[in-house]
Amino acid sequence: MRITVNVNGDDHTREVEPRHLLVRFLRDDLELTGTHWGCDTSNCGTCVVLMDGEPVKSCTVLAVMAAGHEIRTVEDLADGDQLDPVQQGFIEQHGLQCGFCTPGMMLTGRALLDRNPDPSEQEIREAISGQLCRCTGYLNIVKSIQWAARNRAEADGVTETAGSQT
Amino acid sequence: MQVPASFDYQRAESVDEALELLRRYGEEARVVAGGHSLLPMMKLRLAAPEVLVDINDLHELDHIVLVGDELRVGALTRHRTLLESELVGRYFPIVHDAEKVIADPPVRNRGTIGGSLCQADPSEDLSAVCGALHAHAVIRGAGGERIVSMADFHQGPYETAVGVGEMLTEVRLPVLPGAGSAYEKVERKAGDWAVAAAGVALTLREGRIADAGVGLAAVGAGALNLHAVQTLLNGSEPSEALYEEAGRVASDSCSPVTDGRGSAEYKRHLAGELTRRALRRAVARAGRPIGSTAREA
Amino acid sequence: MTAVDEPPVAPAPDERPIGFGRMKRKEDPRFVRGKGRYVDDIHLPGMLHGAVLRSPFAHARIVSIDTSAAEAHPKVKAVITGETLAGLGLAWMPTLSMDTQAVLATDKVRFQGQEVAFVVAEDHYAARDAIELIDVEYEPLDPVVNARHALGPGAPVIRDDLEGRTDNHIFDWEAGDSAATDEVFARADVVVEQTMLYPRVHPAPLETCGAVASMDPVDGKLTLYSTTQAPHAHRTLYAMVAGIPEHKIRVVSPDIGGGFGNKVGIYPGYVCAVVGSIVTGRPVKWMEDRSENLMSTSFARDYHMTGEIAATRDGKILAVRVKVLADHGAFNSTAQPTKYPAGFFHIFTGSYDIEAAHCSVTGVYTNKAPGGVAYACSFRVTEAVYLIERMVDCLAAELDADPAELRMRNLLRPEQFPYENKTGWTYDSGDYPACLRKALDLAGYEELRKEQSEKRARGELMGIGLSFFTETVGAGPRKHMDILGLGMADGCELRVHPTGKAVVRLSVQTQGQGHETTFAQIVAEELGIPPEDIDVVHGDTDQTPFGLGTYGSRSTPVSGAAAAVVARKVRDKARIIAGAMLEVSPDDLEWTKGRWSVAGDPAITKTIQEIALAAHGSLELPDGVEGHLEATTVYNPPNLTYPFGAYVCVVDVDSGTGTVKVRRFIAVDDCGTRINPMIIEGQVHGGLADGVGMALMELISFDEDGNCLSGSFMDYLLPTALEVPAWELDHTVTPSPHHPIGAKGIGESATVGSPPAVVNAVLDAIGVRHADMPLTPSRVWQALHRGEVEAPQ
Repeated sequence: MRITVNVNGDDHTREVEPRHLLVRFLRDDLELTGTHWGCDTSNCGTCVVLMDGEPVKSCTVLAVMAAGHEIRTVEDLADGDQLDPVQQGFIEQHGLQCGFCTPGMMLTGRALLDRNPDPSEQEIREAISGQLCRCTGYLNIVKSIQWAARNRAEADGVTETAGSQT
Repeated sequence: MQVPASFDYQRAESVDEALELLRRYGEEARVVAGGHSLLPMMKLRLAAPEVLVDINDLHELDHIVLVGDELRVGALTRHRTLLESELVGRYFPIVHDAEKVIADPPVRNRGTIGGSLCQADPSEDLSAVCGALHAHAVIRGAGGERIVSMADFHQGPYETAVGVGEMLTEVRLPVLPGAGSAYEKVERKAGDWAVAAAGVALTLREGRIADAGVGLAAVGAGALNLHAVQTLLNGSEPSEALYEEAGRVASDSCSPVTDGRGSAEYKRHLAGELTRRALRRAVARAGRPIGSTAREA
Repeated sequence: MTAVDEPPVAPAPDERPIGFGRMKRKEDPRFVRGKGRYVDDIHLPGMLHGAVLRSPFAHARIVSIDTSAAEAHPKVKAVITGETLAGLGLAWMPTLSMDTQAVLATDKVRFQGQEVAFVVAEDHYAARDAIELIDVEYEPLDPVVNARHALGPGAPVIRDDLEGRTDNHIFDWEAGDSAATDEVFARADVVVEQTMLYPRVHPAPLETCGAVASMDPVDGKLTLYSTTQAPHAHRTLYAMVAGIPEHKIRVVSPDIGGGFGNKVGIYPGYVCAVVGSIVTGRPVKWMEDRSENLMSTSFARDYHMTGEIAATRDGKILAVRVKVLADHGAFNSTAQPTKYPAGFFHIFTGSYDIEAAHCSVTGVYTNKAPGGVAYACSFRVTEAVYLIERMVDCLAAELDADPAELRMRNLLRPEQFPYENKTGWTYDSGDYPACLRKALDLAGYEELRKEQSEKRARGELMGIGLSFFTETVGAGPRKHMDILGLGMADGCELRVHPTGKAVVRLSVQTQGQGHETTFAQIVAEELGIPPEDIDVVHGDTDQTPFGLGTYGSRSTPVSGAAAAVVARKVRDKARIIAGAMLEVSPDDLEWTKGRWSVAGDPAITKTIQEIALAAHGSLELPDGVEGHLEATTVYNPPNLTYPFGAYVCVVDVDSGTGTVKVRRFIAVDDCGTRINPMIIEGQVHGGLADGVGMALMELISFDEDGNCLSGSFMDYLLPTALEVPAWELDHTVTPSPHHPIGAKGIGESATVGSPPAVVNAVLDAIGVRHADMPLTPSRVWQALHRGEVEAPQ
């Protein structure tokens, strides 16, 4: 089937089998390997992307079902050199270790803050409860999203400073 | 990663077209909406439909409207929409109770009420909720619409009244004055299927329970409408002794099995315990003005 | 939740530490952009895709395998079976425990999920389709599922491939003094015995295992990208197994999506990918799916333990005695130093001053997936800590003593270090009472007990659980420790470039522990070069010196020491060069961070950057001193290191449903010198979540036919953000006296120490002496209302 999916603002047209999973379409066809996969049963949430602005598990969406929709992946979070406050928050608060769940966690964080700029700790925990992390014990992910919430006003001034001072 | 076997894909643009496709492909076709039950089964190659009929574009099935004394919920209504619906929360707090603990947020963004009911998983929450609410399902086929009660809709594990060439289009929830409802679920972790769950809906009329509905999930077939408990409740005055007896009857009325989620003995106990808890909350809610449940802890 | 609503925000990473201190991670910019490079992200030109056909039976003889339909699939390039491999001498491979394991089964299958055939096809979908086309005829055999029946009369012999094998016995091992222990037990006032199972669990890293193998048909060089925690050890093993010369093998471990011990061993899929590449002449990628990961790769624990603890009536612990039945699955593939078939279980004596101890461990085969040492266990320290910390609580219950007071009374005292325990291991350093006191104060222990008794009076169940653990990590002294004959010393190379920037090359491989940051900080601390000026190279055998890899919390204790030592070598050489530059004797120079200066005249000085430039320039050097500024080392640790900690867990239990809410978790860790506190805290957080998971929900279970019932994340449960509290951390610092920078390692402390704290808390709440993990609602309710609950299967 020939499908057109809008990914990160651009339309991409490809010939795909109906059974092609969205996560594989992103990774294999568009070479957007920032979206990972970690299970086959939509439990781990490593494959979360935004579909029309809301988090979905891309291992359980067919690429053909995404045709005509807008998909946003981790590769679109930063604006050029300028990181999204969520990305910066994950660096500032040590919200990642192996980095595997991180893209999905950050996208969920972004979607949450877009709807609720000042979420409580419990609201953040609920928002990420469909996504597993094996490294961080979640606390620093919560803090990373809180950092992003606090620093949204200064978002324009956020530049990357990992590996050096704040 | 696991991938499904090959199949054909058709995206329906109208309910009539979807029905036509379902008729054409017969037993080999499956409807896909959220896909969160079907696609994992297909990846595990436990299901291998030849054709998927995608109904995600059928926006006319994505609605929540109050018509007379019924709340009509389109089959394509997402879990998230139900959870965020003020109308649903006002009349049916049991639905919000359940939706908070169905799967997880990204899954709720895709999954639909129709998909949950049609999957008819024995541990599925909305079947018990709709059973307790004495809901009706609207099934459409070539010959037009038919309306069946939840008790008739749900015919056993993974079996429903939806026939070949038909689809569920709407769920109708009766709005009753003085109603209260609640859902209680035990899960091993967030997002897990129920170990056991109980939904209770009722009205209070002059201090007595009426229109009682009690539905259990994950404790064996035939528990979506516990007639014995409902009969006990109807006409009775709420009391701890009544809840105790209702719980006992609920325990006796189910047929759980031991599995990784828990022992049969434990699940039988939960059927009673959760029925008691849901009853307490449903009665408390029935005693309040409509819409006040949002302030509950 | 009742925990802190707004968790305290960690102090911002420090201002540019040149050395140790809180510092943001150098690796993060690529990860937050989605630019990490994991094995499945690798795409090579012409690459094919592999898939493994696995056994549906736990135990069955293979009658026939028909691959013709799969071979006829238009996109299939090769179908490989055990027979194919046998022709190449590759049907069996050595395990890390000197056993053998089938790569692809030839005679029979020995666990559900065992590898039977391998398909190579043009794309992933075709490979998965084609394995469905292979027709295998099996003759089912009776399986051995329960380890307790493995040695029983009439038990089917699983390993009939091993010559002369007539039973399922693998090994007997013991430690301690049996006679002395018996003597102490005979005169003890109180003896408490408890049988417990540390059930089978799985590390389940979010990235599954996989590889991309590329054999260059022209120059005969194999490049293998794989999910390995030990690239050098793997390279040597591939050379030994496949007969490929070692210099013709390059193992690359790129970014790894979590390891936790799951990625230490060599799995049949890796070997199949290599063979697939050799057979087809094209690169072959194989990535297992989640079910394959859970059902076939290294599990952890499965230790059936019976502990006994002897004490005086007034609560002085005298001795501990343990018998263990260890389920190793169908092949003995556990990864631990050769001389230690039960890993470092010796440390079951815990953190206590006792008179005698003895343990014996018997290992058996069962028709279950192989493994046993994984999941951040520090080579069975997890099992040992669980045993002793449960036994101490059982003793407290018997004596009606407060578990905190009982521990405090028996802890080793600071003046006893270095302390040789009763199984012959020398604990390096510690102030245990101070650590426990800190944890109790942070928890508000007295107030918690008061709250608990008030709640009990109201019929509410609240529990407070403690654990005090001592780890033994950093394997290890090469005289005693090797894996398959490879000594456990680590190389390290450091080169300072002419402009004063540097590159340090490590043998260990990060899976999220932040090596690119902490190892730069170690070199920075020693040389005064800012961490951002130091490139850390790891995970590529062509680019790094030999070493045994990252597991058992050994990176900092072994390779961290190597990095410090190699930096000191460079510093020493810089001193000579600085002397030549300043025309003074090197003996007259003194070091302050980043520069050599004339003693007593600090104005006469050369920075490390100036020295680096001179080292590469035309400066005349003293006789025998070579130019450039670099060094290599191999660090052979003189002893293991002994991190420790005190943990307090607070839970609320719903008596009507058995559900457990972990309300608070207080962890005070001592890992010696702290290199980057931010990273240390992150390591502890993750391990605590592991502990909550194991204690409450994680279990690999089997039915009586040996079918694995935990083959997906629907059934193998891992905690989410909603099951864990906002962790409360603190620390003490007792440097290791024998480690160059005093660091002890932290990677596994919390995974080791937290499960008993959670279990002790739940049992404290429900007033039951023992119940095995996982404490699911059903099991807790059963224990609460029936007084006991059977061991999980």
